[in-house]
This record gives sequence, C-alpha cells and structure tokens, in this order.
Amino acid sequence: MAEAAVITRRPRAGARLILAGAWIAIIAVAAIFAPLIAPHDPLAQDLMLGKLPPFWIKGSEPGYWLGTDSLGRDVLSRLIYAARIALTVALAASLMACIAGSLLGVLAGFFGGWTDRIVSRIVDIWMAFPPVLFSILLVAVIGTGLTSVIFAIAVIDWTRFCRVIRAETMQQRRMDYVDSARVAGFSPLATMIREVLPNVIPAIVVLLSLEMGIAVIVEAILSFVNLSISTDAPTWGGMIAEGRVLIHHAWWVLVFPLIVLFLTVLAFSQFGEGLKERFDPVLR
Amino acid sequence: MTDALLEVDNLSAGLRGTPARLLRSVSLKVRPGEVHGLVGESGAGKSMIARAIFAILPRAIEIREGRVRLEGRDLLGMGDMARRRAAAQVAALIPQDPMTALNPSKRIEGQITERLIRIIGMGRTEARKHALELLDEVHLREPERVLRSYPHELSGGMRQRVLIAAAFAGRPRLIVADEPTTALDVTVQKQILRLIADMQQRHGTGLLFVTHNLGVVAKICQSVTVLYGGMVIEQASAAQLFASPQHAYTRALIAATPRYDRPGDSLLPVDAAVIEALRADVARADAAWNAGRRA
Repeated sequence: MAEAAVITRRPRAGARLILAGAWIAIIAVAAIFAPLIAPHDPLAQDLMLGKLPPFWIKGSEPGYWLGTDSLGRDVLSRLIYAARIALTVALAASLMACIAGSLLGVLAGFFGGWTDRIVSRIVDIWMAFPPVLFSILLVAVIGTGLTSVIFAIAVIDWTRFCRVIRAETMQQRRMDYVDSARVAGFSPLATMIREVLPNVIPAIVVLLSLEMGIAVIVEAILSFVNLSISTDAPTWGGMIAEGRVLIHHAWWVLVFPLIVLFLTVLAFSQFGEGLKERFDPVLR
Repeated sequence: MTDALLEVDNLSAGLRGTPARLLRSVSLKVRPGEVHGLVGESGAGKSMIARAIFAILPRAIEIREGRVRLEGRDLLGMGDMARRRAAAQVAALIPQDPMTALNPSKRIEGQITERLIRIIGMGRTEARKHALELLDEVHLREPERVLRSYPHELSGGMRQRVLIAAAFAGRPRLIVADEPTTALDVTVQKQILRLIADMQQRHGTGLLFVTHNLGVVAKICQSVTVLYGGMVIEQASAAQLFASPQHAYTRALIAATPRYDRPGDSLLPVDAAVIEALRADVARADAAWNAGRRA
C-alpha cells in the first residue's frame, strides 16, 4: 500500500512576467549604458533645432528620433538619461522602505503583544498623513536632490511593507510547523528566522516590485512639481511638466515621457503580480 | 512513584484575564506501550491537553493548576524552553493537519532529521540514514526522492506519512497524535490509522490518541478518557467503556457512532437532556473549584 510516486510540477512562467520583465530589462539597460546609447547629450541645447517633431513626421531632423523640446534638447536622449534617475530612486527607495518595513512587520507579526501594539499604532499614525503631500513637505523641508527624494519615499512607504508583512507573518506563525520547530527546541528568534522568514520572503519580493513602480511614480510627481532633482537634469516627471506647456505645438515632448513612465510603472506592478502568481500555488 | 509514562494530574487551564476555565481538573494516565484514547467533541479541550504537554499552548491560555509528568519528571515546574526540551526527549507530536504541519520552504529531509539532530544529538549522516529507514517503514516509495522533495510535491496522505515518520524519529516513548486523520480522505484515513497502530505496536510506543471518533477508539485504544467541556466525564478501559458505559453522555456518544457490523441501525443524536445535565455538572464543578480557591 505504498503511495504513488512523487508528483513534481512547476507552474509556467506567465506571459506577463516575461513581458514586464523584458520592459524592465530594457529600461535597466538604457539606464546603465545611457552614455553609449543616447544619440545626444541630454543637456545640449540648440535653439535652431527647437521643437523638432519625431522621425515619422515631416520636418524632422535625422538623428533626433523622438524630436526635440523647446530648447532643442533631444527627447530620446533625455528619456534615456532620465531612466537612470528613475531606476536609482526606484531601487534605493524601495529597498530602504522594504528593509525597514519588513523588519518591523516580521517582528510585530511574530512576537505580537506589546511589540505588535507599538508598531501597529506607529503605522496607523504614519498612514494618516496623505502620502504625496507628506513627501512634498519632506522634500521641501530637507531640501531637493536625489538623496532627499529617496529618503522621502522610503520614509513614507515603509508602512506599506510593515502592514502586509505583519499580516503574512501572523498567518505563518499559526502554522503547525512553527509549533514543530518550537517542540524541537528552537528559540523564538531562531524559529522566526528559520521557519517564518523563508515563507514571508515571496510576499516581500512581490511587494518590492510593486513598490518600485510606486517609487517611480512618486519621483515623477516630485519632479513634476519641481521638488526632485535640479531642474535641468532630465527626469520623466520634469519632462512631463515641460511638455505640458507645449502640448499644442509639440505634443511629443509630453507624450513620450508619459508613455515610458506609464509602461515602467505598469511593468513593475505586473512583474509583482506575475511573481505572486508564480509563488502562490507552491505556498498555498 | 508511578509506572505511568505520561501523567496529567488535576490540570486546569483558562483564558488569561478571565476567571473561566477551559480545562477543568483533568487527570489521565498513559502507561508505557499503551494506547490511550482522548475523546470529545470539538472544543472539549482535547488538543489543549496535547499542546500543554509540549508547552505550545496559545499565548492567551494559561495553566492554572495541576501537574504534567513525563516519565515521572514534572514538566510544569520548568520554563517554557526547558519544558519543550524535556518533553521532546520523551515524546513527539503528530499534528492534526498535514497541510500546515510541514514548512513549505524546507525539504522533507531537514524536517525529519531536525529532532534527531537537535534532541537526540545525532550526526547529519546518521540522521539521514535513520530518516530513510523511517520513510521505508511508513511505506513511502522512493524514500531518497521524498527526502529531497518539498512538501507541495507530496499528497496529503504522503505528508501525513512523513509526519508519522518524523514523530517516530529518535524512538520516543510517547507519541501524542492530535486527530491525525481528521484532515484526510476517508480512504486514506484507514491506511494512516493502521500505519500508526502498526508503528506503535512494533516500537512499543505509548500513544495518546486524540480524536472525536469513537469508532477509531474502539479499534486501537486500550483505555479511554471521555471529555466534555474540559472535564473528564468517564475514564475506563476500552473494553469496559464499550461494554458498559457508565455515563449517559458516553452512552449517547456510542449510540451516535456508525457501526459497520450493524448496518441499518439508526444513528441517534445526543439527547438535549444529557447535554443539559453535563452543563449543570460543569457549572457545579466550577463553583466548587472557585470556592476552593477562595478558601
């Protein structure tokens, strides 16, 4: 009466995981190799070449694929360079938020009691501030610049990780295998690290991907209201702000950064969703 | 001293911060090599007794009074960690739900050998060899491959076999099985039950079998404790209990159990008057206990 052979099945990587991953890879390559890829200096102005349309429209200039803005700066090159700032912010801010939030979330969820009460109340109070307003306020107070933006996003969004990871940890903590580890003589801390943490990591990774999309958006919003990096450094948000003024005579200055921003945020969120799908059947 | 392997003596437990008791002065004994059935409805406190032995009660529940002795050693006098350690040296637990009892992110090998390495102090290779033997003993095909698997690659029945193997690892003298078949299909239930009984007999292990199924008790247990509302209603050898149940509640439970040897018998629900009387008993016991505490 032996049992049937071991069943081994791995869920297929979804199409969305591949598509989203591909777009993130494109953006990442563009960001890393910007000086090699960009056809022009993103800051070089040439008023003679102002408001050139993209290549398929009459009046375009060869070499300026996506046209130029009112100061004659190449839109494509600026998009590529802006990816650097967007990805730097996305990575650094999300990681900071992730580490702080997950750590507190796991501790609160696992130990419960007073630890949980204190952490949860802090999160409640923190989340009562409107996030974008909070970040604008923060940047206004601590000054503009890349580090301030990163810091502002991390300071605001750690609560997102904390909430979800706390709930996830609480759920894992109730599992019988946690009791088994306790019966096997592991200390609470060892039980948390050995038994609970590995099962919470998928949730952390999914959240991290979602958070990167959010960080990109927040950075764009801060650039849009001119509270991010210095004005001439290319950012997607800054380009959108500039393009808004030109919408009637040079729509491409607005539309291309908008598309790139949209696709990037979508890619991060879909990548997160794809990861969730991939992890789910294994864990539940 | 007693010859008991496990001795629960006058154990009372309750919800922290409330006067109510959930376990009401429960006493029971499991002798070496004996199978003791712990029977009751859900909420009767069966699992709580099982968990109290291993010091893994939920935080909200506190032990108010009583003793738990394993091979004569009093467990409740120790701190939680020491208690778990002492319990683990003598006893092991087969948990209720095989789906949540194995860590999904760890291979089976680590989950079987953990106890061997930490409690028994075996080396890794020796523990692995022992684990392979155990998997073979619980009739799992391709034990090597099972050791390398993750829990999600195994079926519910296979997981329960793995958990049985893990419980018998290191030859504990007592195994506490907390409704080990409840979460399984009926067909698998029978196999798992037979497997536990076989293993128990082969190794001469004492077994505290927690269940709500009197039919199972009739099959494998030598002695029985019937629990209602955290109170011991009746305690007897299995033969005696089924031949001449003393308490009206026990009689009602037996009448409510389907029997394969008497098909066509109608099943009787437990009479409301019996439950009414039980509730009164529980209330009386609580009043007496509270009076005793105040004095």
